Formats: sequence, structure tokens, C-alpha cells
Amino acid sequence: MAVFALVFLAPIAYSVYLSLFRTQLIGGTTFVGADNYVKALGDPQFWSAFGRVALFLVVQVPIMLFLALLVALAIDSGRLYGASFFRISVFLPYAVPAVVAALMWGFMYGTRFGLIGNLNDLLGVSLPDPLSSDLILASIGNIVTWEFVGYNMLILYSALRVVNPSLYEAAEMDGAGQLRIVWAIKLPALRGALLIATIFSIIGSFQLFNEPAILRDLAPNAITTYFTPNYYAYSLSFRGQQFNYSATVAIVMGVITMVIAYVVQLRGMRKGA
Amino acid sequence: MTTTRRHALLLGAALSVSLFATACGTSGDTGSGTAAATRSASADDLQAALNAGGSITVWAWEPTLKKVVADFQTKYPKVKVNLVNAGTGNDQYTALQNAVKAGSGLPDVAQIEYYALPQFALGKAVTDLTAFGADKLDGTFTPGPWNSVHSGSGIYGLPMDSGPMALFYNKDVFDKHKIEVPKTWEEYIAAAKKLHEADPKAYIANDVGDAGFTTSMIWQAGGKPYKVDGTKVGVDFGDAGTQKYTAAWQQLVSGKLVAPIASWSDAWYKGLGDGTIATLVIGAWMPANLETGVKAGAGKWRVAPMPQWESGGKATSENGGSSLAIPEGAANKQLAYAFLKFANVDEGVRTRVDGGAFPATTAQLNSPEFKDKKFPYFGDQQVNQVLAESASQVVSGWSYLPYQVYANSVFNDTVGKAYISGTTLQDGLKAWQDASVKYGQEQGFTMQ
Repeated sequence: MAVFALVFLAPIAYSVYLSLFRTQLIGGTTFVGADNYVKALGDPQFWSAFGRVALFLVVQVPIMLFLALLVALAIDSGRLYGASFFRISVFLPYAVPAVVAALMWGFMYGTRFGLIGNLNDLLGVSLPDPLSSDLILASIGNIVTWEFVGYNMLILYSALRVVNPSLYEAAEMDGAGQLRIVWAIKLPALRGALLIATIFSIIGSFQLFNEPAILRDLAPNAITTYFTPNYYAYSLSFRGQQFNYSATVAIVMGVITMVIAYVVQLRGMRKGA
Repeated sequence: MTTTRRHALLLGAALSVSLFATACGTSGDTGSGTAAATRSASADDLQAALNAGGSITVWAWEPTLKKVVADFQTKYPKVKVNLVNAGTGNDQYTALQNAVKAGSGLPDVAQIEYYALPQFALGKAVTDLTAFGADKLDGTFTPGPWNSVHSGSGIYGLPMDSGPMALFYNKDVFDKHKIEVPKTWEEYIAAAKKLHEADPKAYIANDVGDAGFTTSMIWQAGGKPYKVDGTKVGVDFGDAGTQKYTAAWQQLVSGKLVAPIASWSDAWYKGLGDGTIATLVIGAWMPANLETGVKAGAGKWRVAPMPQWESGGKATSENGGSSLAIPEGAANKQLAYAFLKFANVDEGVRTRVDGGAFPATTAQLNSPEFKDKKFPYFGDQQVNQVLAESASQVVSGWSYLPYQVYANSVFNDTVGKAYISGTTLQDGLKAWQDASVKYGQEQGFTMQ
């Protein structure tokens, strides 16, 4: 319990404490009550960051989970040649640290000397710049998908492995085709795992930080200092010395994330019941 | 920003010393220096401190300091100097701010770039060196850097290096397309057009929006957007100097005549080597970077005076450069100042110049040995003649914001838009101004 208090509650309590003050270069530290929260709720930069990750969430997460589901079903079908090799190669990107992955993709996205640049030269075409401000979010989505499809696949695949094989035999005896089996047996069995994967992905999306932080060196104009809520909190605190406001932004975002994750969980469980 | 990266690159991993060194360094001290701040220290006092010995911790990322520290310890065997690379630029400032806030773990000496020094001076985080006789060093340093370490009546650091700007250009490219080396910005723009027409892959320069470069350009054009008087601060990018800059540079940005390549990126080094980036308007610390980072450009590059706003003009500005300062609350200030003097005024300067640094001291800048040095990389050109001349022509009266570190961090949020959308540079600067004013107000400055 003491450990729990120290490593879990203390940082949160300290952030809340910080968020109630304001430290100025001129004038020092003063207690301002809920001022920082009022400011955060009316801060267009914060909301634009939130809007960006929300958009990311509704587009990238379904794509990623759908791909993960397909791969898990394919491997589980037992009809795939070299299934274990396929499984490990899909999972491998998850083992690559996110920073390294972002750097690697950053190189590939380069229109001059990167993969895109090489393709342009080779095929004599002019592919759109993945690091332009219009495409940067999609490019980041691509990196995140690449990283986490394998991870989500593993969650789903392990859920499929615990399905009793006699169910499949019974279904086949009743004349059910593969699609029917997927629809009637496998998908219902996956509901719990899908819910967990979804909640993890929601949290992950809201916490988006590494990829934009790394790619910012390559696309400083497309990725603003308030690109995602996390990056905004980081910029506030380490560039602007606004620790108090940064703590406020972090807390507001944390609360929003918790609420959304909780709502999703409630809905998911109700369906399951 | 530019210097930050420059040092990072020069440095590589060479100076990574564990943070344990800091802990050891400060714990070994005896509290001999704390009383020193209150009274004026004479040369005798410094000598006495050096003879008595002790240990100091230096936070810096400047690569040539390593040799200086070794020499210093040889000369004063009783003094132990722990040189710690606590990060480059912003990273180190964050660490320093935190140490100041915590009141412990402070170094005795810290490297601080000129643009960031006012912020520390204002927060009383660094020591006023007039108590040690720094005010008697008038004339030792070139006016630009010397002016930069002043804040009010205090002197908060000793200049370590400087970056008077010059035009670095790839002579091969200019010869190939029969383009004259531009003497004015008008000619520069014409050269940009001619070059890009002759070779669509080649650009006169790279630019994706760089706060340090932009402010230096405005500085040269005579703009004075920042007015700072203690805690009264004014920001105005509407002045004539700024408009001169935006009117010219907008032509390059709108005409897509500058390569969209970020400085210090891999693509940048490649472009400098293969002739697709033909010029650099940058600080005098650049030669060593070209020599080490752009081997493919050996023999091709030359240095010319910075292009002028009026034909025949002689105005330049500073781009980057840093000072060494003593944090308030440092354990051993006497010894720290003795080190500052050694590194930035006395023997250390020579050592650093030999290591490729560009000095801020007039004695070195005017010495024939320095000026006549031939650089094989630049086709045996006596590069320092051009650079030293630039150092003497820096436009006076420029000041940075007391929170320039923050302002520069949001430059690409605002002015950066001009590089990727229909926003103009002038509009972008207005947005930058608004963001700077807003931050100033939040931080309790009186904004004018």
C-alpha cells in the first residue's frame, strides 16, 4: 500500500498541486486556484491538439484493429503456409523501440534521399510528400499501425487459441462453412479481447508523442509544438518553463482519456452481457 | 538554434561524462567561494584561489574546451576541473533551470548562448561578473559579443566565441553556371533565380524557417524588433528593417527558390557536398563544420562578405555564439572566474582557435597569424580575413528577448506557416509577435 501511494498516487497528487499555482519569470509563484483549468478548457491550441488525436483515433484505430483481426484469423485458420514465420514477422515491429521506428520511417519518408525520393527518381513520378502538413498525420498513423498490428494480433490470436476445438468440429458437422464459423464462433469469442485492444489503442492514441517528437526535426513546420496534447504539455514545460500549466494540460487530458476509456468499456461490457 | 546543433554535431559522443562527475565535483568542495561575491575580487585574489586549489564543475558542450581544461589543470595542478556535457543548448538550459530551482547540483561554470543569457540574467540565475573585475575587460572582446553579455549595468558572462555572418558559397556551382558572387541581396535573389533555372535541382540556399537565421537577417537589415528595458519589453516586427528583410526573402520563399531542407539534417550535409545547396549565410563558426561534416565539398567552398542591403554597404550581424557564465549559488565562484578568464581571455583562447573555434577577442582576431592562415578546404583562401572584417561591422543596438528561448521554440508554429502555405513571412512574424507578447504578459513582463 505504501508502495502504491508512493509510485502511483504521489506523482498525481504532485501534478494536481502544481496545477493550482502559477510561476512567472517576473513575480514568482502565486496560488491561482482553478485558473489554469479555466485557461486549459478555453485554450484553442489544446483543443486543436485534442481534435487531432481524436481524428487519429477514429481513423487509425479501426484500420489497425481490422488488420490485426484479419491476420489473427488467417493464422488461426491453420491454412496459412509458414504461419509461425508470418506470426513472428508481423509481431516483430512491436519489438522495435518506437523512437527507432519513427527515425526509420522518417528516413523512408524523405522525398530527397529517402525511399520516396528513390521511388520518384526510379519511376520518374512525383509522389506526394508524406511529411507535408496535409499528410503528416496519415504518415504517423502508418507508423503506428506498422508498430502495433502485431501486438494487437497477438492479443486476438491468444483469445482464439482458447476456443475449444470441439466447437469447430461440431460446426463443421452441422455443415457450417469457414465464414460462418468466423462469424458465429470466433468473433463472439474475440469480443473481450477486442475490447481490451480497443481500450489500449484509445489510450495509446491520446498519448501520441514519440512519433511526432522525432519527425518534428524533419518537418518542423508541419508538426507544431501543440501537435498532440502530450507534445503540447512537453513543450510547455521544457521550452516555456510553464510547469504549472503543463501539469494542468496533462491532468485534463488524463481525465478525458479515462472517461472515454471507461465509457467504451461500459458499452463493450453491456453488449457482452 | 543553429549553434545548438552545430555544437552537438561537433561534439558527437566525445564529451559524454557521467553525471556522477557533477556529484563528485561539488561534494569535494570546501565552501571557500561563497563569500567572494560580496566583495570585489582582484587579480591577487584569483591567483590566491588558484594556488589554494579546489575543484569546479563546468557544464559545456563546446568541443575545444576539453583541451583548455587539460591545459588549465597542467598549469594549476591543485585545481580539478570536471567538464560535464549536461546536454546541448536547450537540454542544458532545462537542466540548469532545474538545478537553480532546486538550489543544488549547480555547476560552477555553464556555457550559455548569447540569445539565452538575458533570460538567466533576469532570473538572477547567473552571477554579475563586475564583482570580479569583468568591467575592466572593455575592449578585450569584439563589440557584438561584448554587448550580448551585458544586461543593464551587469555583465553576466564572458564571451567564448562569436558568429559574425558571412556568405559561404560553392565556387564550382557559381563558375559552372557563370554566376557572379552576389554583393547585395538584390543580386542574391537574381542569382537564386538564375541558378534554379539553369539546374532545377540546385538551390541558392536551404530554408525551412529558422528563428536564429531570421532574427540575424533582420538584425543586419537594421531592424530592432525587440525593445528591452529591464522588465519592460516591446515586440514589433513592423519596423522598416524587418520589412526590408521580409520583402526580399518572401521572393525566395514564394518562388520556391530555397530548398525545403532543414539545416543540420542528413539531406543538408549531402546538399552542401553535391552542389544542390549553393550558399550558406551563416556565422563564422561554420568553417570547422564544413571541414568535418561536408568532406565532399573540400576545395569547392569559398567565403565572401555577407550580401548587403545597399550597394557598397558594410553592415553585418551575429549568428549564434556562446558565453561562459557562473550560476548564482555556485560553490566556488573565485575559481570559476579564474577558469573563465583562462578559457576566454588568456591562454585558452589560443588553444580553442587552434581547435577551429572563432574567437570573440580582438587580440586574436587582429593577430596576423590568425588572419593569414590559409584554409586548404577553401582553396587556400585566407578565410579569417573576411570573417574578422565581418566581426567589426556588426550593427549595434540589437537585443534579444529576455525569454528568447521560448520565443524561438514557437517560431515554426507561426512563421513556419509561411514556408508551407499561403501565409506571408510578414504575417507569420506578426503571429510570432503575438505569441511572444502573450507569453511575456503571462510571465509578468510589462509589455509595450
